[in-house]
Amino acid sequence: MADVLATRPDRQPALPVGIAAPRRRRPRRRARSVLLTWLFRLIVVTYLFFLVAWPVSLVAQKTFEDGFSALDTALSDPSITFALKLTVIVALQAVLINLVFGVGISLLLVRYEFRGKRLLSALIDLPLSVSPVVVGLALVLVYGGRDGWFGPALQDAGFQVIFATPGIVMATTFVSLPLVIREVVPVLTEIGTEQEQAARSLGANAAQTFRRITLPGIKWAVVYGVVLSLARSLGEFGAAKIVSGNFEGQTQTATMAVEQKYQDFQQASAYATAFLLAAVSVACIVVVSIIRPKQERKR
Amino acid sequence: MTAVDVAAPARTARRRRSGRANGLTATSGLGLGVSVIWFSLLVLIPLSAVLVKTSEGGWSGFWTTISNEQTAAALRLTVGQALLVTVVNVFMGTLIAWVLVRDEFFGKRALEVVIDIPFALPTIVAGLVLLSLYGANSPVGVNVANTRTSVFVAFLFVTLPFVVRTVQPVLAELDADVEEAAASLGASRFTIFRRIILPALVPAISAGAALSFARAISEYGSLVLLSGNLPLRTEVTSVRMLSYIENGDLASASAVATILLLVALVVIVALDVIQRRVSRRG
Repeated sequence: MADVLATRPDRQPALPVGIAAPRRRRPRRRARSVLLTWLFRLIVVTYLFFLVAWPVSLVAQKTFEDGFSALDTALSDPSITFALKLTVIVALQAVLINLVFGVGISLLLVRYEFRGKRLLSALIDLPLSVSPVVVGLALVLVYGGRDGWFGPALQDAGFQVIFATPGIVMATTFVSLPLVIREVVPVLTEIGTEQEQAARSLGANAAQTFRRITLPGIKWAVVYGVVLSLARSLGEFGAAKIVSGNFEGQTQTATMAVEQKYQDFQQASAYATAFLLAAVSVACIVVVSIIRPKQERKR
Repeated sequence: MTAVDVAAPARTARRRRSGRANGLTATSGLGLGVSVIWFSLLVLIPLSAVLVKTSEGGWSGFWTTISNEQTAAALRLTVGQALLVTVVNVFMGTLIAWVLVRDEFFGKRALEVVIDIPFALPTIVAGLVLLSLYGANSPVGVNVANTRTSVFVAFLFVTLPFVVRTVQPVLAELDADVEEAAASLGASRFTIFRRIILPALVPAISAGAALSFARAISEYGSLVLLSGNLPLRTEVTSVRMLSYIENGDLASASAVATILLLVALVVIVALDVIQRRVSRRG
């Protein structure tokens, strides 16, 4: 911790440049730089408004065009309520699995040396750049009930993966796998091992050290990781669609319900469901953006 | 944000070897074993199954699938639009990062949230929201639904955060002294940017560009409703793959998936190399 504090001043953002430097320059240049600042600001705000802000706000507008009737219709449709419930159950399981393994793997990657560590660390990122369709296909090839590698054996043991909830959980876990790890690893690296060593030397066992020293240090990183995984898990579509078979009322999750309702010309229900999903994911982002600066100040 | 932390060279550069890493103990060895088995069952074995399935068809099977007119068109469209979007992202992403770091104005916090939305918003919802602004009943009178432009717009939306989030931390940590020195020696703003700021940002920009390219070519959800999936015209690789899967032709789907997987691997290796280069210099 001590050396973290010592290096702190170097890490202050280089903010004063644009503000302080022009003071020494001639007025014409200052005018030009103000103009440039405003131009950049305008371009960025316009771009983000047309690409993200306006489209996303339209989903709320479309949902509440006729008051709450669209939401009512959607929430009284048993296939949608089923899809929402399934989505929540799947997301919670996926997040829990990723939380346990995410923290575990982060500890291993940061605190221990072993062969193949660099390879593991690089492979962990793979799920972020693999297409959801490839994820779905890959899981079907291995766990497919008829001619997958392990599927038939599992099915004989009475355990169906593909076209059932376990498959959806696997697909969802796959796509959100790196999120907790990528939040925790940098923080774990930065807090260092001095305090842990001190605790150990004072007689704390591994579990005590983890609970009393390590966990409080990475608490907020874990929280972001979980919130982001939750957002990602609730919204998984492509991979889940393939492994679930998209059976309405059985394996259809909320994102698939949006697609189906839209294609069945039940636009109000589609928008209402989409609104619920969007609201949760935006809430997740807002939560993270509120906690993050607080935590960075504390560090 | 998170996807980007993967590459964030700033973090890596900042990493110090704080304390000696230990060898494995019995408990941590067990933990490692369990984690690796879990990771293999979930990720590695399924992904290698894709490669095995492709190799079963042999080189000729692979080539027949890829050179199929419809599949080739889908690949060309996806890669072409992804490259185009990556170029736009390099410029816009850097500009957005610049404004977020160097500028102070009311509502900047809101912009930060807006940039992360594409990352968290379910892709099918992303497709739906873009459709409601740029689709048939567009309030601005722009209808790109079912055209190639819709693929471009969808890619642009889902890849927005990558360059911004990789460049932002690096830009925030740049040393102001060098820029001030250059300015006091009479360098123009443009010269300072080109000679001092840009070289420091290049690794971050390329990392962001790689991530955004990888994300774009693998995109599926946002295009389902938006692009119409017209064969030979607006059908992207992921959609093509899905129609192979739905027709039960897993071998052809695997052949196309192999290409996407290889691109993903190339991107990961590139990111690793960039990170290492940056952390060595830091």
